[in-house]
Formats: sequence, C-alpha cells, structure tokens
Amino acid sequence: MMLKILYFAGLREAIGSGAENIDLPATVNTAAALRDYLARLDEQHGVLLTTRNLRIAINQKMLGMDAAIADGDEIAFFPPVTGG
Amino acid sequence: MTISVQQADFDPGAEIAALTADDPMAGAVASFVGLVRADKLAEQKVGPGETAQLAAVRAMTLEHYPGMTEQALADIVTTARQRWQLCAVRVIHRVGRLLPGERIVFVGVASAHRGDAFAACEFIMDYLKTQAPFWKKEETAAGTRWVDARETDDHAVKRWLD
Repeated sequence: MMLKILYFAGLREAIGSGAENIDLPATVNTAAALRDYLARLDEQHGVLLTTRNLRIAINQKMLGMDAAIADGDEIAFFPPVTGG
Repeated sequence: MTISVQQADFDPGAEIAALTADDPMAGAVASFVGLVRADKLAEQKVGPGETAQLAAVRAMTLEHYPGMTEQALADIVTTARQRWQLCAVRVIHRVGRLLPGERIVFVGVASAHRGDAFAACEFIMDYLKTQAPFWKKEETAAGTRWVDARETDDHAVKRWLD
C-alpha cells in the first residue's frame, strides 16, 4: 500500500523532510498504526511518539488516531495548529 | 472570493467596504484584524503557576498546509453560514515572515443585523485558531521556537458546541 506522508512545523524539522512516499504492509491500516510504524523507521521519526497532542489529517481532513487509512491516501502529521 | 491565503498585506478598510458594496440588505458589518504582537518579553508557562521570561519576538514565520488550509477555512465559513443569516464573509490569512505590528489575519462578516455579524465573526476566528493548519515560528535573539497551542483556544471553541 503506497501512501504520501507529509510533516509540518516542528515535525518537519525533526524528521528532516516535509514529504515522503512510503510502501506500507497491509496490516498497517489505521492512523495510530501508521504513526507507530513510522516512529520505528529511525531515530528522527521517533518525534511522532513524543509530540504532545499530535494531529493527523487524512486527505486534508483532521481525524482521530482511530481513523482508517487506505492505498493512495495523503496523510499529514503535525502539532496542534497556532494560526490566527 | 471569500477566502485568501497569501503572503501580501491587505487593506482592512477596502475589505470592509467590499463586503457590502453590492448588497443593500446588509445592515451590519463586524470585522477582526489580528496582528503580530509588538516587540516585548514573552512569557512561557514552565510549570503549575510558573512562567519564565523568554527573549523578545523579533519576527514570526507562518507555515501552512497548502490545499487543506483553504478547505478548512471554507468549511468553517460554510458552518457559520448554516448557523447565522449572513450576507457576505471574507477571510484573509497571511503566510511567510512577518514583523511585529504587521497584520496576520482578517475576518469580516456582513449581515442584516449586528447580532449575527458579531457572533459569526467570533465563531470563525475561534475555529480558525484550532482547525486551520497554520503554525507560527517566532524569531528571538536567543534563536527560533515554534509557538505552543493554547488551551484557552480549545475552550473558546467548546462554547459554540451547545
């Protein structure tokens, strides 16, 4: 399953990249499972588990960590937003 | 054009005038302009009841999620239009590097009477603060830091949920 993963703000800086394409095993099928899978890739991705109140957007909609993910989704991880 | 995400500054007076330019039914306009706070010592919560003085903010850079940002703002405006009788809505949010005193955000709402305009303007700002994917990074003499989200912003949104 191919996914496009985006990172913003402090996560982008910690991981050292704003976007990556990942080929996932089919067993990784929720946002939480994806976060845990990515966090194990290397030390930099560990920030996904240490960021307080980590947010996820699937196809540009903010959803909960129990949300399902599917082939071709655009997934973004980011810290709580601070605009305005 | 209801929503703009842009680097360029905007003219609040021109935006307010445009909200009612072709609409004789609009009897009220409420607007909000957010600014980069002027250069001063910032306080950061470091523990229960404790704050630390941090270096003064020299500039701020706003990052966003192109595509999702515009959609999130459009969804907020749609929700406000379902909740109140509104004639026109305008939202502008700047991105990139801004200096203290510069404008960041404009929300303008026109309606027949003031109640709907006041409420919808505040509603849009409260949701923008917690739902629209923008992030602020501050520059100080001591370096840069990402701004932490404020719990008070979450509370501000919750009061609209009843």
